[in-house]
Amino acid sequence: MADLANDGRKVKGSKASSAGTEFSGIGFSYWRRKVTSGFFTGLFSSSVLIVLLPLLLIIGYLFFKGASSVNLNFFIHRPAPVGEAGGGMGNGIIGSLFIVGLASLLGIPVGLLGGIFLGEFPHNKLSTVTRFVADVLNGTPSIVMGVFAYTVVVLPMKSFSAIAGGFALGVMMIPTIIRTTDEILQTVPLTIREASLALGVPYWRTVLSVVLRSAKSGIVTGILLSIARVLGETAPLLFTSFNNAFFSYSFTQPISSLSVQIFSYAISPYEDWHRQAWAGALVLVVGILAVNLAVRAFSRQKYEQTV
Amino acid sequence: MAVEIEGIFVPQEAIKVERKSAVQADHVFKFVLGVFAFSVVVLLVWLGIQLYISSLPAFKALGFWDFIKGTTWDPVSGVFGALPFIYGTIVTSFLALLIATPLGVGTALFLAELSPKWLKRSLQPLVELLAGIPSVIYGLWGIFILSPLMANTVEPFLSARLGFLPFFRGYPLGIGFLTAAVILAIMIVPFIISVSTEVLSTVPTPLKEGMYALGATRWETMKKVALPYARSGIFGSIILALARALGETMAVTMVIGNTPQISKSLFDPGYTMAAVIANEFTEATSDSYLSALVAIAFILLLITLLVNAVARWLIWRTTGVK
Repeated sequence: MADLANDGRKVKGSKASSAGTEFSGIGFSYWRRKVTSGFFTGLFSSSVLIVLLPLLLIIGYLFFKGASSVNLNFFIHRPAPVGEAGGGMGNGIIGSLFIVGLASLLGIPVGLLGGIFLGEFPHNKLSTVTRFVADVLNGTPSIVMGVFAYTVVVLPMKSFSAIAGGFALGVMMIPTIIRTTDEILQTVPLTIREASLALGVPYWRTVLSVVLRSAKSGIVTGILLSIARVLGETAPLLFTSFNNAFFSYSFTQPISSLSVQIFSYAISPYEDWHRQAWAGALVLVVGILAVNLAVRAFSRQKYEQTV
Repeated sequence: MAVEIEGIFVPQEAIKVERKSAVQADHVFKFVLGVFAFSVVVLLVWLGIQLYISSLPAFKALGFWDFIKGTTWDPVSGVFGALPFIYGTIVTSFLALLIATPLGVGTALFLAELSPKWLKRSLQPLVELLAGIPSVIYGLWGIFILSPLMANTVEPFLSARLGFLPFFRGYPLGIGFLTAAVILAIMIVPFIISVSTEVLSTVPTPLKEGMYALGATRWETMKKVALPYARSGIFGSIILALARALGETMAVTMVIGNTPQISKSLFDPGYTMAAVIANEFTEATSDSYLSALVAIAFILLLITLLVNAVARWLIWRTTGVK
């Protein structure tokens, strides 16, 4: 209540001088005020359309340009030389999943455990600092993470590798997962923890079997969304996992990824490769959107069940 | 000594021991979690130190300020000046903000103040979709769809109408600062929208009701109550978007033309810090070349850290730390 009163005073105080002039001619300028309001309302509504237009255009062109080149060959073959038909991006698709799998091995445990600390001890000094650092890290350019992974993994190993790519993406997953876990654990009611503690369950056991269980769907949602995010990352992979024209399942060798292949095909001069790039882009976007939509449907369903 | 628990007699000592070990277990549990939370802080420090150490050779050879002020980028003769990249990064980012801010804030105002609930619920996922499309896809679309559009329609139009300004002179290539800025604007607008909408939704309803009760119109309520209340948070969202634009790599790399030059004309090709790292890192054959590129990454890191910190502080001030 005190807060509300304070806020009210702040707004009133700061705007007192201009508010007087604004309402001085109410009867006189009624229609003008109505029209002004209508004008701005219309302006804001149309800005929604302008913002969503590119989304429509991008998705539309992806299907228009890419759909015809997506066939079985695309999923199971590796790239063919220029001019030869039947090439695909199978190695890139597997490579992307491989790298993201490695990234998850680093990102999920660190992000989850760190996030539990933030959510369970929200007002701890370490939590406040970590929360701030995680937010800042979240905004750090992905290319910088790539350079970091290069100096930390590629230089000592003297070779581009799947591990380096996984490290770069894993590091990017950590702050996202920490923050979603943090926010979701804070929504778990205190009474649930108290009920468990009152039964004599130790605190650590309460967190692991009661708090985490009730927050499970939210946490899984956060993890899947962070995976969907790094799945399309290109910049940090350019000089960590690099690229590979063949299927590769090695941790220490360069490995292809769908996003890097789209990039190198898009900037190539060949018409054939451009078509492949569109097809790859369509597959990548549909994959990411599918994860997003599935997660959303899943979490909404869960939510409606519990509430 | 023994006590009865659920009909079973348990020696008192057993309970004590168990309780003690349980307390210890809790301490260990909290400590382990804390280590993982702290690892994020370590990560940021490590990131900074690692990049600083790797960029030292470049700073030592060229001098920190000369490196930043240098306008020539000639890897073959070992001359490295980062100014064209810094210029390109700043010009494209601010131009993108100029385009994205009114659209983003306008959309946020629509979602938070005007839109019916059902519409808001279907529009917000679309905005999130826009944010979820990978950068490289924007780049692909930029090369093949946006760039020809800019070259054939938008840029000739601008030079015909606004050609008296030096920014809109030159040959409409469709590849350059302006196209990069448009792509960036499309990419950062979702960040402005989602954070601004969230901030606007924290405006207390009684304040708005008070305005309506006084006979204020919708626009007056937004202007006098919602916007002043949410001002610092909206400003934070814009700065957050700026940080994204500064570090955005793939889409910009694909449409900016990758030419290290400082040009007044927005139609001309340029280069950004992120783009030069993406393009030249694997080509860097000499140690000094590599070090110069890491140095650019280090400067980019410093800029984005600063911008992000300011943005977070502004947003937290309005919505409260969550």
